[in-house]
Amino acid sequence: MASVHRFALGSIAALALSAVAAPALAQQGLDEPFQKPFREALAGKTVAYVPVAMNFDLTEGWYAGLKKELEPYGVKFVIRDPNWNTNAGAQAVTSLISEKPAVMVIHNPDVQTYAKLLQRAENEGIYVIQINMGSAYRSSAFVGANWIEIGERQTEGVVKACQGKSNKIAIIQGALSAAASAYTLKGVENILAKHPEIKVVSSQAADWDAAKAKAITQTVLKQNPDLCGIVGFWDGMDIGTAAAIKEAGLTGKVFLATSGGGERKGACELVKNGSFDLDMSYDVPTQAAQMAGTIKWLLSSGVKAGSVKGSEYTTLIPITKENADTQTACWNLSDLKK
Amino acid sequence: MKRVRVSQQEIVFAVFAALFLTFSVFLNGFLSADNMLTLLQNVAVLGILGLAMAIVVIGRGIDLSLIAALAVPAGLVLQMVQNGHSLPASLLAAGLLAIAIGLVNGWLIAYAEVPPLFATLATGLFVAGLGQAALFQLDVVQWSDGMAGFERLGQGSILGIPTSIVMFVIACVVVFVLLRQTRWGAYIYAIGDNPFAARVTGIPSRPIIVLQYVLAALIGCFAGLVLAASVNSMPTRIFNSTLIYDVILVVVLGGIGLSGGRGGVVNVIIGTLLIGTMLNGMTILNVPYAGQNLIKGLVLLIAVITDTLLNPRNEETAQQGDI
Repeated sequence: MASVHRFALGSIAALALSAVAAPALAQQGLDEPFQKPFREALAGKTVAYVPVAMNFDLTEGWYAGLKKELEPYGVKFVIRDPNWNTNAGAQAVTSLISEKPAVMVIHNPDVQTYAKLLQRAENEGIYVIQINMGSAYRSSAFVGANWIEIGERQTEGVVKACQGKSNKIAIIQGALSAAASAYTLKGVENILAKHPEIKVVSSQAADWDAAKAKAITQTVLKQNPDLCGIVGFWDGMDIGTAAAIKEAGLTGKVFLATSGGGERKGACELVKNGSFDLDMSYDVPTQAAQMAGTIKWLLSSGVKAGSVKGSEYTTLIPITKENADTQTACWNLSDLKK
Repeated sequence: MKRVRVSQQEIVFAVFAALFLTFSVFLNGFLSADNMLTLLQNVAVLGILGLAMAIVVIGRGIDLSLIAALAVPAGLVLQMVQNGHSLPASLLAAGLLAIAIGLVNGWLIAYAEVPPLFATLATGLFVAGLGQAALFQLDVVQWSDGMAGFERLGQGSILGIPTSIVMFVIACVVVFVLLRQTRWGAYIYAIGDNPFAARVTGIPSRPIIVLQYVLAALIGCFAGLVLAASVNSMPTRIFNSTLIYDVILVVVLGGIGLSGGRGGVVNVIIGTLLIGTMLNGMTILNVPYAGQNLIKGLVLLIAVITDTLLNPRNEETAQQGDI
């Protein structure tokens, strides 16, 4: 009898115990097996950044965005600023190859200068990510704007604005050797081929320089006061183009399409005050996030440098009067740096 | 037989006249009053810089820091106003910075006797670096609301003449009076002509050399403000452009010899007109970028070769301090 009683008591105790213990067991959690190797793959690695120059919205934005995404994982982020000097840039890339960072983020001044160097870097086991302006060599990843699309969409905007008007347009190019300028021009040509009625009265390079862009535009507008549109190749330079249009009293009459990184002061504010009619933004913070994502993937995957090659073209944001006021169209460099 | 003696100034003027005539005849819309004003407007800042360089070159120096003096003080004004300072305070700071640049240049050259080429090369780099590292947030300093009204220094027109041309004219008059009507001007010519003779005759050479560089920096700063007002921002990396060569081109092409002591405001105007006519004509003709450089180089070569043929070097001129 006693043993039966003891058995019953034991069973109740065991039941009670298991009732308490079951939730406790669930609370113990499961070890996610991939995050540790991910952290180990990133910690202590060096990512080197070679822009064409610091101190302007694009390169500062990429820098701030990458830093924010990579440094919390213990990645060492170094910068070599060639300050618009292509030779200094080539030297920086060369010396980096011997320093062997894990990843190099490269902003090419033109399609040729760095091409061989980037190939050498990948042969040495360094992942190379090219940003916005690519070189002739295709590396692990290209993150950036599709310039041909930018040229096409800007020109479509201008052609549409010219309907029923003089059909005379001008093109203000950047620096002729830069990929951004040459590819955008191709996009412009693609659209113009479909619109034989459009006449290009001037197509000149202003070398990314606002003062030069202003001088060219002034002369063109004096010759062609009935001009209906201008395709400009960078908003930083087209401040000058816009100043010339304003000075001629033609704001609103000459449609100015341009492109840029979409920083609030340099893009949305200028669209709002009528300087630009269309600014195709390639959205620098998103580009930075895509680059950071690619870097994390490459480092954690352990693929051999140069064995994978891909592109991530940025989804463009057309900034016009309609959306220039919204929170999402532009970004603030000061916020990104926080 | 009497030798034909034509000065470089006259040769350049002839080249300018020939170009001008050709463009007027063959280029539709070149000779309109509107286009003439645009032509001048486009080279007004270059012309103002030419005046600054002329003062220094006449005094047998050269100022390679001129573009830094254009970019950094003017950029400082825009940046300070953007950061909430008042416009007058910002202008004062810029003026003081320009004077400081001039004083350092002048001291290095006149007292420490560093050759002007090296002294101004170094100070220019230093000032441009200072701007990028310590003063500006971005290379292109944007216009802000606090600058409202100031854009009239480079935009719009006074009595139908674009403001930047008016500013160039004012600068021409001031520099002309300074060089030709004041004792300081006479001293600058004397020092440029023969620095040792000038010192022997009791001219305070060293302070006058310092004055030259201070004037150049101040005029450079003024040109920078006109440029900033004109494009509604200050692209400070203009320091890395080839603008300094264009300025030297204007001065040398206009006939102010690098050996000092010769030339004046008229030479700067002629040099500026030639460059302006070439740029304007080529823009109307839609000559591509590479072609423009080719033509600029060709015209410069023709002017220099003609000068060498007509005014062959002799022992005296060969010993002058050409760079």
